[in-house]
Amino acid sequence: MAAITSVIPRPTSYEGLWGWMTTVDHKRIAVLYGVTAFIFLLIAGLEAGVIRMQLASADSTLVSPGRFNQMFTMHATTMVFMVIMPLSVSFFNFVIPLAIGARDVAFPRLNALSYWIFLFGGILLHMSFVVDQVPDAGWFSYANLTEKPFSVDRGLDFWSISLLVLGTSSVAGGLNFIVTIINMRAPGMSMMRMPVFVWMTLITSILLVLAFPVITVGLIELTMDRNFGTHFFIPAQGGDPILWQHLFWVFGHPEVYILILPAMGIVSEILPTFSRKPLFGYPFVIFSGIVIAIMGWAVWSHHMFTVGLGPVANSVFTITTMLIAVPTGVKIFNWIGTLWRGALEFTTPMMFALGFVALFIIGGLSGVSHAVSPSDFQQQDTYYIVAHIHYVLFGGSMFGIFAGTYYWFPKITGKMLNETLGKINFWLLFIGMNLTFFPMHFLGLNGMPRRIYTYTAEFGWEYLNQIASFGYLVLLIGILVFMYNVWQSRNSRHVGHDPWDAPGIEWSIASPPPPYNFAEIPQVLGRDHYWIVKENAEAAGTPITGPEPTVDPKSIHMPSPSYWPLFTAVGVALIGGGLLSHFALSFVGGAIAFVGVIGWSNEPAAAPNDHH
Amino acid sequence: MAHAIEHEYTTTGLNHRKMLMWVFLGSDCLFFGSLIATYMVYRGQSLVGPYPVDIINVPVTTISTFVLLLSSFAMVQALAATHADNRRAIVGWLLATAFLGAIFIGFQIVEFNTFKNEGLTLGGNLFGATFFTLTGFHGAHVTLGIIWLVALAILGKKGRLGPNTALDVELCGLYWHFVDIVWIVIFTLLYLIGGFDAGPAPLGG
Repeated sequence: MAAITSVIPRPTSYEGLWGWMTTVDHKRIAVLYGVTAFIFLLIAGLEAGVIRMQLASADSTLVSPGRFNQMFTMHATTMVFMVIMPLSVSFFNFVIPLAIGARDVAFPRLNALSYWIFLFGGILLHMSFVVDQVPDAGWFSYANLTEKPFSVDRGLDFWSISLLVLGTSSVAGGLNFIVTIINMRAPGMSMMRMPVFVWMTLITSILLVLAFPVITVGLIELTMDRNFGTHFFIPAQGGDPILWQHLFWVFGHPEVYILILPAMGIVSEILPTFSRKPLFGYPFVIFSGIVIAIMGWAVWSHHMFTVGLGPVANSVFTITTMLIAVPTGVKIFNWIGTLWRGALEFTTPMMFALGFVALFIIGGLSGVSHAVSPSDFQQQDTYYIVAHIHYVLFGGSMFGIFAGTYYWFPKITGKMLNETLGKINFWLLFIGMNLTFFPMHFLGLNGMPRRIYTYTAEFGWEYLNQIASFGYLVLLIGILVFMYNVWQSRNSRHVGHDPWDAPGIEWSIASPPPPYNFAEIPQVLGRDHYWIVKENAEAAGTPITGPEPTVDPKSIHMPSPSYWPLFTAVGVALIGGGLLSHFALSFVGGAIAFVGVIGWSNEPAAAPNDHH
Repeated sequence: MAHAIEHEYTTTGLNHRKMLMWVFLGSDCLFFGSLIATYMVYRGQSLVGPYPVDIINVPVTTISTFVLLLSSFAMVQALAATHADNRRAIVGWLLATAFLGAIFIGFQIVEFNTFKNEGLTLGGNLFGATFFTLTGFHGAHVTLGIIWLVALAILGKKGRLGPNTALDVELCGLYWHFVDIVWIVIFTLLYLIGGFDAGPAPLGG
């Protein structure tokens, strides 16, 4: 077995394309995640554009009903699994090791593997466009619409197998960050000194690791129904389509918190920084997050109030769902308490963080309105639900992600995004988002069902739909402004290591951080470590003016680059691709993955003669 | 695995890889839990035979279950031999564990074949679908474990296993014991309790 590793010499270059393909540096992997997920955001945004153009006028014939179904299915699937989740993971990757005072994650090569599997899983799903057999059963793909008699082409196979592939990436990432956070904290950083973002990452990772196996089983059963003749979800043979709904939502509701908790963590870092005071009620914010994560497992049937589970089940899930609003409300009040009497500074990250709080409150309130099962009977499958999820996922998660991008961009690149463009970006997204999604509340209450490809003018829905479609254009311009802002930043001058006067440990080192992050592992003095350090230095009469000194990278032993993660991920992708085309390909993929794992385990994490 | 001892600092004092394995096993619990839940939901819901009572052979599977439990004993011995740095014993006990696992898989192959000949298929009824899926994924876990054990035995033969690398054996052991425990649950539910189920339960039953 050792022969395999000696045939191909280990990569040594950190430069160029090959350097990126073999990298195990968490900061580079973060950039890979971020850029890839942003490209998927553009794709999903274009799909949303098709939806909004089609619905902008009554009796529109722009796209066929079938194509329309494909658009909303792919828009939602892409946004959930290939945009919001990986963008959050991008922040996990960049921020977590820096924020806990570590030099990398616990398993750098596993981290690279997660990225490559994510990339290939996303490509696999989008191959469905190449063969024009696109998934079209909605992002939760209810049985038995997804079964062979009703979805004849391979679209749903693309959907289920890509999600299985993406799931392995998420679980591997979750495992990695759990171990990293629990086991790699710098001395002095007790659990209750961890930044809130680190806490929310830990909670999210635990949810990932526990929730994904459930959907994995559902997807396996769906794949078997479609390909191997089982009848898990086919009533004619005694199967029960409702079982799919349970499996999906037992995963799906923790998944909702997987999408929002990272953004809550980001906002909890930004609000204190620009209020110039520590987070109000830190332990309450942490324990609220933990309670949300636990109770998130006890609310899934609120997605199924109209299924007919009976009054007892509906009442129980109504109560648990209303209860989960309590810890969420606690967090909101703590954020407001943080702002109270703070020396507020309205930078772009702060604007996005405040936008997050405002929009998330609206989304939360509409959420409570359909926690009440009788009222949900009116709202189920209407645009009211579409409005709700976009307030919590776009106004919530995406605003949090934009806030984080503007906040950590100077740390990632050493350069600041333009503040004026940032404010324009914020206002375009804020106004555009409300124009697009607020009218949907009224549309839903006026009875417009979601997922209809057109409507007649007599319903009176046209006017509000036109406002929504106009709002889409505003959002589009907002995204373009963001892209221009990133593009123009290459010419801007280098800002210092700590442009925001921030409390996190990551701001004590140079921007961009050196490969080894910390020349000397810091001794953590408390929550808001770097504020304490700066205050102490001020009091001692020697204020801090620059980052921690850098050292020769060769003097610090770091994990070496490796091509085994990429190699193994190719194998995993081929296993999935084979299930979609020819089973023989799956065996080839399995063999490649096997060789990859053998080569991987024979390769030491750091090459003995490579002192990078 | 040539990197001998890793004296890396960890916050909790636990090794990274060991913690990873425990969390992964927690994740795998949910995987088997969902498969078992599917079986339990569909228990007695098959519309046509063969039903469990027609084909489940509890005595035969009791033997294979015993063999699998025995393999856990061999696994414990393999780890003890690693700590004792007894190379022959390491290889011997690792191969013994793999061999006992292979016997279990052999029983499963024969069982699957017999059931198929008696008319139980994936597509025939819900019992077939849930039975083959659940026990099949368990069998796949055992098979992976056997490959892992053989790979370790090869390393042991080369003298690369000993007290300093005992963690390599211990991690495989954790996985192996976990797969064993899952089988105890499956054996109890599918054979000892569900093995005597006849046709569809009356409505509400």
